[in-house]
Amino acid sequence: MKKILLPLAMVAVLALVPFVGVQYAGLDYLFGVVIPYAAAVLFVAGFVYRMVDWLRRPVPYNITSTCGQEKSLDWIHHDKIESPSKPWHAAVRVLFEVLLFRSLFRNNRAEFSKGPDLVYGSTKWLWLGGLVFHWSLLVIVLRHARFFFIMVPGFAESLDQLDSFFDITLPAFYVTDALALSAITFLFVRRVSDAKLRIISLPTDYFPLFLLGGIVGAGVLMRYIAKVDVMAVKDQMLRLMSFSFDPPAEIGALFYVHLFLVCMLLLYFPFSKLMHMGAIFLSPTRTMLNNSREKMHVNPWRQPMKIRTYSEYEDDYREKMKKAKLPLEKE
Amino acid sequence: MSKYLPKQADLIREMEEKPSALKGDHARQEWWEMPVEFREGNFCFPAKAEVIEELGFANPRKWAVTDDDWQLPEGWQKTLMDGMRERIKKYRSLKLYLDSCVRCGACADKCHFFLGTGDPKNMPVLRAELVRSVYRGDFPMVEKILKGFAGSRKLTKEVLREWYMYFYQCTECRRCSVFCPMGIDTAEITIMVREILQLVGLNNNWILAPVANCNRTGNHLGIEPHTFVQNVESLVDDIEELTGVTVNPTFNRKGAEILFITPSGDVFGDPGVYTMMGYMLLFEHIGLDYTISTYASEGGNFGFFTSNDMMRKLNAKMYHEAERLGVKWILGGECGHMWRVVHQYMSTMNGPANFLEEPVSPITGTKFSNAKATKMVHIAEFTADLIHNNKLKLDPRRNDHLRTTFHDSCNVARGMGMFEEPRYVLNKVCNSFHEMPENTIREQTFCCGSGSGINAEENMAMRMKGGFPRANAVRQVREKHQVNSLVTICAIDRASLPPLMRYWNPGVSVYGLHELVGNALVMQGEKMRTEDLREDPMTGFDDKEDDVD
Repeated sequence: MKKILLPLAMVAVLALVPFVGVQYAGLDYLFGVVIPYAAAVLFVAGFVYRMVDWLRRPVPYNITSTCGQEKSLDWIHHDKIESPSKPWHAAVRVLFEVLLFRSLFRNNRAEFSKGPDLVYGSTKWLWLGGLVFHWSLLVIVLRHARFFFIMVPGFAESLDQLDSFFDITLPAFYVTDALALSAITFLFVRRVSDAKLRIISLPTDYFPLFLLGGIVGAGVLMRYIAKVDVMAVKDQMLRLMSFSFDPPAEIGALFYVHLFLVCMLLLYFPFSKLMHMGAIFLSPTRTMLNNSREKMHVNPWRQPMKIRTYSEYEDDYREKMKKAKLPLEKE
Repeated sequence: MSKYLPKQADLIREMEEKPSALKGDHARQEWWEMPVEFREGNFCFPAKAEVIEELGFANPRKWAVTDDDWQLPEGWQKTLMDGMRERIKKYRSLKLYLDSCVRCGACADKCHFFLGTGDPKNMPVLRAELVRSVYRGDFPMVEKILKGFAGSRKLTKEVLREWYMYFYQCTECRRCSVFCPMGIDTAEITIMVREILQLVGLNNNWILAPVANCNRTGNHLGIEPHTFVQNVESLVDDIEELTGVTVNPTFNRKGAEILFITPSGDVFGDPGVYTMMGYMLLFEHIGLDYTISTYASEGGNFGFFTSNDMMRKLNAKMYHEAERLGVKWILGGECGHMWRVVHQYMSTMNGPANFLEEPVSPITGTKFSNAKATKMVHIAEFTADLIHNNKLKLDPRRNDHLRTTFHDSCNVARGMGMFEEPRYVLNKVCNSFHEMPENTIREQTFCCGSGSGINAEENMAMRMKGGFPRANAVRQVREKHQVNSLVTICAIDRASLPPLMRYWNPGVSVYGLHELVGNALVMQGEKMRTEDLREDPMTGFDDKEDDVD
């Protein structure tokens, strides 16, 4: 229980801080200017640092996981994506992984039952939940572009229209808001309801879920219920985009809760499991080509090595080899 | 029955109760609070002091896993942490795989050891967390600020006991890596942790003794050159007796076109020897100009289960010998981890092998351009090409007494991607072949439960649990299609699956692919064959029986 309550309490406190700060202490400047800049800088620096930190480490061996037939004889069908032998094969493989969660799609369920027996079943829920979760967050982030540019970029406009397809509230209801909240709920329920998931989960698994839940929740509240001045928000975002340090105009405290939680996410991101966003592009088992017999892969730290040579072997066994009529180098 | 192997009824009872470890006694416990229990049958004996000394590994001593004091060297924590830091610098894979797990749990029920034991720490995610928890305590700052938040811990003796237990309850089979959305490969982590454990003298004798033997005599079993020759020659005699055909293998012969290297289990172990007989019949049938080396008489590489350097040192013998003998290229026999090493590591470790030529089949003229750099061809590729070009005279009816299924070996499946060639060959040499369920074959194949050097007798109870998912899949085709023969292309399988089958599926025998090839080959000048290579009667070839009828 502690590992769920601790991160929940943390997110609650993080949400209260800007609320109190803005509402009662008048710290608009701190929460509207200083912290967003600091968080953005640390996020970019941290993200780049982590990526570089991975990239500078060597990949001494070719360790592709082959999930399909290798390229061999001409008449044997080569599974180019699951056993890539050309760079574009691997690129497609990684893109399948990033965009469609290919490996999770393979997921199945195995359960031990009396007999003894193993019962297998199909299970695509994690794949579906994960896909909905990531895609809706992506769409939400992209359509926020309309707050960051004077002229709303075309893609943000189109996404906005698509997303508000079900025009049932005022302002128009976003499908992704509902999808993101449902997916977050699903991922949380999954972690607490499955015994296996319960035991592997750490506070660091619940924290980002609660944090994202808090961010989306505050955003939804702002949009549909406790509405804030959208133009003031956009003005403030445009100021930040032009690296201005002018103080913000008056915006509701709920906005600062939303913004502060986003800043916390940015700060937390590079130093946590959320970096899987960058890591997925580098995973050697997926990015490498299954051509290690065709093309020599070079290990940058290989050193010369002494082995037990044939002549040492022959020296040790010469008499026995002679009796067995084995050819010898030295008689 | 061995004292390390409980009666089936007892083991079943334990298995049926144990998976509830998640619900029962330990339901309210965190995984790091659960006890580590070394019991008879669930661990391998440590390496003997003299073996460790011979290999120059650390901390040779006499100790037992069940001792309270493991006699670790002074400053063992520092040695281990330094070892981990060094490897995190040298391998992007390790760093990335320690950093990027999101604990989604997709891998949890993919591990054969988890399915067989129900032990939460056998879920691949937790196996890796055993190390991650220590790694997180050592590296990032966040942990120092928010203690307990990131789930980190110090490297204590209890943690070390966990490492020793669970990294020898992983067979580096990579099944979890197929399902991981991040492509995290637990084998990579196990390989590193075993290498680190080696630094303080924690290892097992079933791995290190073969390594020492292989280094000294050329093969895992420690067979000296003259005995090696005698053994192959006794197989030659068996072939002659059974088929009336004399095959003529040569040893250490300079100027041969091809050097043939296979696991030494094929020369010594039952049922591997029948596979060896199959190879020799095949080579005789096509008139291959090949030789076998007594110095490089081991295809397998248990060095792979100890350290990167040791793997490389043992593997280097193949090229060294090929160069000395002046062969054109190397042909490799049926083996799992041998082929992971040859396919993914060999040219990187010991290449380039410019003294060899791009392999070309002398019979069909096919260029094996997929082996252009390493210059080593897998026997299943080689034979598939022969059959495809109609170079073999085969009578598949000679395997009619066998109803077969095929077990994909983990390393060949997920570390090489060879699925079709062995199936093609198998379908050409026998008439009855049935696949096991879809999620237990090909890239989703289940390990035999004994790979990566834990095939020791004293580990039998654990092996029977770890091998259970494979045995269960075999049982399904046995019940549905009356399968009685489990065909593999792996020497560890040939050693480990027979006891597994005897335990869970009595009546199913284990075969090497080329044993079936040997049965089916119609040799020139052969006598009337009524028995297969293991002297079991073939169906429909016994004249006498017909007469009686």
